[in-house]
Amino acid sequence: MSDHPDLAKLIFGRLTWDAIPFHEPILLATFIAVLLGGVALLGVVTYYRLWGYLWREWFTSIDHKKIGIMYIVLGLVMLLRGFSDAIMMRLQQAISFGHSVGYLPPEHYDQIFTAHGVIMIFFVAMPLVTGIMNFVVPLQIGARDVAFPFLNNFSFWMTTSGAVLVMMSLFVGEFARTGWLAYPPLSGIAQSPDVGVDYYIWALQIAGVGTLLSGINLLATIVKMRAPGMPLMKMPIFTWTSLCTNVLIVAAFPVLTAVLALLALDRYAGTNFFTNDFGGNAMMYVNLIWIWGHPEVYILILPAFGIFSEVVSTFSRKRLFGYASMVYATVVITVLAYLVWLHHFFTMGSGASVNSFFGITTMIISIPTGAKIFNWLFTMYRGRITFEVPMLWTIGFMVTFAIGGMTGVLLAVPPADFSLHNSLFLVAHFHNVIIGGVLFGLFAGINYWFPKAFGFKLDPFWGKCSFWFWLVGFYFAFMPLYVLGLMGVTRRVSHFDDPSLQIWFQIAAFGALLIALGIASMIIQFVVSFRRRESLRDHTGDPWGGRTLEWSTSSPPPVYNFAFTPQVHDGDAWWQMKQHHYRRPLEGFLPIHMPKNTGAGIILAGISTVFGFAMIWQMWPLVVVSFLALLVVTIGHTFNYKRDYYIPADEVARVEASRTELLANHV
Amino acid sequence: MSETQALPMPHGTGSSEALRFHVPGDHHPENGTLLGFWLYLMSDCLIFACLFAVYGVLGRSYAAGPSGADLFELPLVAINTSLLLLSSITYGFAVLEMQRNRQRATLIWLGITGLLGAGFIGLELHEFAHLIEIGAGPHRSAFLSSFFTLVGTHGLHVTFGIVWLITLMVQVSQKGLILENKRRLMCLSMFWHFLDVVWIGVFSFVYLMGVLP
Amino acid sequence: MSAHTDTSLEHGDGHGHDDGVSHSTLKGYMTGFVLAVILTAIPFWLVMSGGFAKPTTTALVVLAFAAVQIVVHMIYFLHMNTKSEGGWNMLALIFTVVLVVITLSGSIWVMYHLNHNMMPSMMHDMKNLP
Repeated sequence: MSDHPDLAKLIFGRLTWDAIPFHEPILLATFIAVLLGGVALLGVVTYYRLWGYLWREWFTSIDHKKIGIMYIVLGLVMLLRGFSDAIMMRLQQAISFGHSVGYLPPEHYDQIFTAHGVIMIFFVAMPLVTGIMNFVVPLQIGARDVAFPFLNNFSFWMTTSGAVLVMMSLFVGEFARTGWLAYPPLSGIAQSPDVGVDYYIWALQIAGVGTLLSGINLLATIVKMRAPGMPLMKMPIFTWTSLCTNVLIVAAFPVLTAVLALLALDRYAGTNFFTNDFGGNAMMYVNLIWIWGHPEVYILILPAFGIFSEVVSTFSRKRLFGYASMVYATVVITVLAYLVWLHHFFTMGSGASVNSFFGITTMIISIPTGAKIFNWLFTMYRGRITFEVPMLWTIGFMVTFAIGGMTGVLLAVPPADFSLHNSLFLVAHFHNVIIGGVLFGLFAGINYWFPKAFGFKLDPFWGKCSFWFWLVGFYFAFMPLYVLGLMGVTRRVSHFDDPSLQIWFQIAAFGALLIALGIASMIIQFVVSFRRRESLRDHTGDPWGGRTLEWSTSSPPPVYNFAFTPQVHDGDAWWQMKQHHYRRPLEGFLPIHMPKNTGAGIILAGISTVFGFAMIWQMWPLVVVSFLALLVVTIGHTFNYKRDYYIPADEVARVEASRTELLANHV
Repeated sequence: MSETQALPMPHGTGSSEALRFHVPGDHHPENGTLLGFWLYLMSDCLIFACLFAVYGVLGRSYAAGPSGADLFELPLVAINTSLLLLSSITYGFAVLEMQRNRQRATLIWLGITGLLGAGFIGLELHEFAHLIEIGAGPHRSAFLSSFFTLVGTHGLHVTFGIVWLITLMVQVSQKGLILENKRRLMCLSMFWHFLDVVWIGVFSFVYLMGVLP
Repeated sequence: MSAHTDTSLEHGDGHGHDDGVSHSTLKGYMTGFVLAVILTAIPFWLVMSGGFAKPTTTALVVLAFAAVQIVVHMIYFLHMNTKSEGGWNMLALIFTVVLVVITLSGSIWVMYHLNHNMMPSMMHDMKNLP
């Protein structure tokens, strides 16, 4: 890279031109495509002079609604990346039989399945869940923002920073080849001396800071900022599940941080936690990471349960059946989430006593979950059901998730697990619950709250296409994997010899193709809806006949959410307000105290990205500089005491008057 | 779970028709900073729980290297513990002075706290340097890896506490004991006392139990 | 990073009632300090003077003193009580303690059985689990 190898080594660490994959045609083509696409995007933004607008209104915004939307955009963009990994794997496994080796070399295939898992969990599911919670929770509890608006912005950008690092690994260096949890000793420095695992560690550590802070933030918001008259047992059920999810986040993510830090120490400082020599114990890593990993599953699924509850009761036009039992089931799941982690490694060899304890606790979890399914069914019973798109996703979920739950109980039986673990049966099981549970829930939520966020509904035709392609595609893609798993086919294999297996992989590949159509339909749905936005426009702010407070304000809500803080008397607060023919106040507005935008979040996250990159490539001078910069900017930010402003009463009156006019003209 | 309300429910006029559905006038939710910071500390506590668990599992894997009984010097640990304990009470004095709005006295006690903390860090670094010098560095065995990481993480927290303390001293002398600074001082107070609690675990579980045969 | 307090939505200037600054007393701090000194000194003295005949007894006594001292610090230094922040602080603490116990004892239990089953020859090392 330079005439002075020592100096270059000091500055650039391990980074050389070899790290750029010029010799890999697939990667190079992707790289060029991404580069051109990126340049085109930047060009468009520049041409329409959108930089100032984006910076002022979005990047530096501390409005929880905008941050929520940005999280969802991040999640959807990363979904495209994660799904391209998925379809590449399906294609490889469908053609790589006997003499054909397929088109992906093993070391590339290994990176793909690792990246697929990491991206789908950390940079698709987590941002989508956090985004929806961010957008909905303050509205549902009648608050004007979250408890710590700046931290909210900072959390988002830290998550993005992690995603950027993962994306960088595609074109600069390589990603881990270890599977999504990077078990040592494979992920140790002896077996993985390259930068792949380091990308993994630093992307997750940086994103983890964001996740943890947003968890604390939403917890403090729900505890402290509920509208008067809303005790815990009158909170909307989605807020309840968000509360439990954030409890899990705050209590589980530190474990991930700790265990990844220990792995990093093994790799960077030569310690012996998980090595094979000097008394280290790799199984301790597995033990610790699943103490985080199992609660993580519930972090994802609980908000989805909340979304389904809201959707079922809205589209059945009934109060949710068994609200209290739903709440208790959620709380029980939250606590049990910490008592089952060993079922992910029954085969480790802890013996009968340990395995039976964890097997039994695992089976117990299916009880509260089953109770929830019955609550949804009883809510629908004798309801006036309308089959809008969110409701379709919900029904698809109930069928699919029940199957996934049952295979889960199968896997919870330790002797059965001994033959099924690490097989495609397991892969089918967790995709069954994560796609059928989490993803369907998030899509239901996006379709349900989209009109609240943008003021127009999503196009139902393309929404239904998307739903059916996903649903049918899911069954085609994963039922064959159950069969293969029962036949003993293991996961993470890029080539097979037995030709009788091929047909199952081909069916699975067909399923993946259908899912691709489902994703395409969703993109078309967004485009079509945007173009038809005038005919899909919702003037009332309550397009579905909703029951909770977010539907009481306009769509999209004003920056202050509520001109006057709502006073709550009932669990279905907005429904009760409608029953009492509530009239919104038209005068007497007061100035509203709001937090000010700040660029500190994006700047800090940017520096963190540089810091992570420097750590990965061991560019020590840059590490020191970026760390000091991080410290200085953080401390500097605390010297800023003027972080708020007042929206004048006139301004509030003007916004409210325009809504009054809109309601008068259209309703 | 307890049911809390942000405000007492205003009295309706009795009949359900006249329920009021918004709060006329200004409504201030409670400040969440101290709760949020407490939640952060709880999550930090779980990081330490993991490190303790690792020490619990690997703490006797000496790999034919030195054990705690060979290495730990309890008198040094006793001095270190006293320094941290003293810094806790001096921070308490700072809080008492803060409550009386005496800026100068607050700053003096904060300064003493910082010096005691620095003394603690100094002694710890001395101990680490000595161990590495005699060949008992973090690579020597899983026991030493987990020892250095657990004690070092605590030390790192104290170091950040000192940086934060200095920042706050500057801010208090610039802006005075305004409400925001008081709140920040209370957060740091929680942080500092929390580190003391962790240290109780460290000296009992690592040092005292480590030298037992 | 979160160590730096963030200004929340409501500044609360002039809202003395929710400034969150609890009112500590000299008496409380001094009580806590004296108790802490005693509870620190005894286990140090115990271990440094050789302890009981059985190391297990000594270890249990040390742990008991640590547990008591942690409670003392919580009450007198961290001002823990059931009323602060409407009971939420206490609730969070109880939940965390439960999780800490699960993480610690669960890991040690699981890993002890692993070593017992998989590496019986090394069990002499594991006899005195800390």
